Amino acid sequence: MSWVSKFLTSSIGRKLLMSLTGLFLVVFLVVHLIGNLQLMVADQGKAFNIYAEFMTTNPLIKTTSYGLYFFILLHAVQGIILWQKNRAARGTRYAVPNKVSSTFASRNMAWLGIIIFVFLVLHMGQFWFRMKMGDVPPVTYDGQTVKNLYAIVAEAFSQWWYVVIYVVSMIVIGFHLLHGFQSAFQTLGLNHRKYTPFIKGLGVIYSIIVPLAFAIIPLYFFFMIKS
Amino acid sequence: MKITLKVWRQKNIQSKGQFETYQVEANEHMSFLEMMDVLNESLIAEKKDPVSFEHDCREGICGTCNMVINGQPHGPMKGTTVCQLHMRSFKDGDTIVVEPWRAKAFPLVKDLVVDRSAFDRIIQAGGYVSVNTGQAQDANAIPIEKDTASDAFDAATCIGCGACVAACPNASAMLFTSAKVSHLAQLPQGKVESKKRVQAMVNQMDDEGFGMCSNVGACEAECPKEISIENIALMNREYFGSVVGSETSV
Ligand code: HEM
Ligand code: SF4
Ligand code: FES
Repeated sequence: MSWVSKFLTSSIGRKLLMSLTGLFLVVFLVVHLIGNLQLMVADQGKAFNIYAEFMTTNPLIKTTSYGLYFFILLHAVQGIILWQKNRAARGTRYAVPNKVSSTFASRNMAWLGIIIFVFLVLHMGQFWFRMKMGDVPPVTYDGQTVKNLYAIVAEAFSQWWYVVIYVVSMIVIGFHLLHGFQSAFQTLGLNHRKYTPFIKGLGVIYSIIVPLAFAIIPLYFFFMIKS
Repeated sequence: MKITLKVWRQKNIQSKGQFETYQVEANEHMSFLEMMDVLNESLIAEKKDPVSFEHDCREGICGTCNMVINGQPHGPMKGTTVCQLHMRSFKDGDTIVVEPWRAKAFPLVKDLVVDRSAFDRIIQAGGYVSVNTGQAQDANAIPIEKDTASDAFDAATCIGCGACVAACPNASAMLFTSAKVSHLAQLPQGKVESKKRVQAMVNQMDDEGFGMCSNVGACEAECPKEISIENIALMNREYFGSVVGSETSV
């Protein structure tokens, strides 16, 4: 085995991949959120649709998005491999589970991740797949015709079950990140008596604010726009 | 005080184990091991097989008295081994569940005794400094800053008990291995071989079948010597530096 593959399949190497892909997703979520917040602009979706057109046609963004798909899959597959190996390393389970010396989120990262993954599949099918497959009505702004993704989003967010799934998934992402955010830095070896308290605090703020901001959008559509 | 004990009994690794329930009359001044001694004396008097458990120093330094008590390695008291845990931590009428360390890499020998020789092999892989023959140098001739010396000393207090592995949901040995790596990497005598050492010890740790750290932190919470997971971060840095940054390959 070359030193590279040996490194990337070692315990610490695998964790490095988890950490780097996880942090990439953390940055991506912020970008995604900024885009979504344009759904809240009261212009019948003009700002959002023009932004969506830009995001699906700009070659630089398109290239980055392939990286994103790859990193999500890498993170999910690696996460499941780690989970399997770690369960095997325990072997027999304890009769009395220990719940006092660790947090709920840290013990359940894989389950939280699996729920996120199921949500992602549904989410991609709902929006991304329809956007790609051209099953989206057109709309014209100042002579430029773009896909009216806003209409698709508004339709999805008028269904109560989709809103419930969306909001629950955001809570799950929040818990995943409550442990994951600070954990990624620890994995990178970035544990410092001065900066770690700041990273932990930032992680808590991020894990609350970002999923909350995502979740507000479907709630806003369901309760404000529909009625 | 009257205690109901549920103790894991298993003849050997091939046989199937199960809990046996015993009634023990203890008093709050007894250590947990002394209470176990009382149980064993009564079992011997009844011509039954006493419960096998490891113990040696009974003063918290050898790291052999390993039991999971009500789900917690070394029991409910923070920063102590089982031999330093006293019955005053429990109440009259309590039911206490006692299990062995559970990890694939620590195969069960009998009852509460497991084979922790995987730790010995991790140490053999690199947990030492090579000392050539000659006169021992005056210790004060090597300047070491006080804070660094203290951090290295804190890491060195690890007694190799394996509670970190027992506590970790992944049965990871990262806290133990990192304590050894960090202890030696921070001192001038150990720095010389630190690049080779971290790779050799991590390789051995992986080969033994321990799990991978999820930064859960249960190890640090249950460690009788309160070894910090800061050491794991240090080991990761050492490992990245060694694998990616140096020409050394083990
Ligand atoms: C928006 C999506 C996601 C984000 C932002 C995210 C972020 C993170 C971060 C930052 C970590 C910490 C890495 C470390 O400790 O070094 C992590 C860990 C983890 N993630 Fe995710 N994740 C996402 C989706 C998923 C999915 C879809 C899965 C699985 C199907 C998953 C499974 C895991 C697992 C199992 C771990 C723990 C690995 C370990 O420490 O052993 N994640 N995630
Ligand atoms: S790190 Fe703590 S729990 Fe692990 S072997 Fe050392 S003393 Fe025991
Ligand atoms: S018997 Fe030695 S540490 Fe408990």
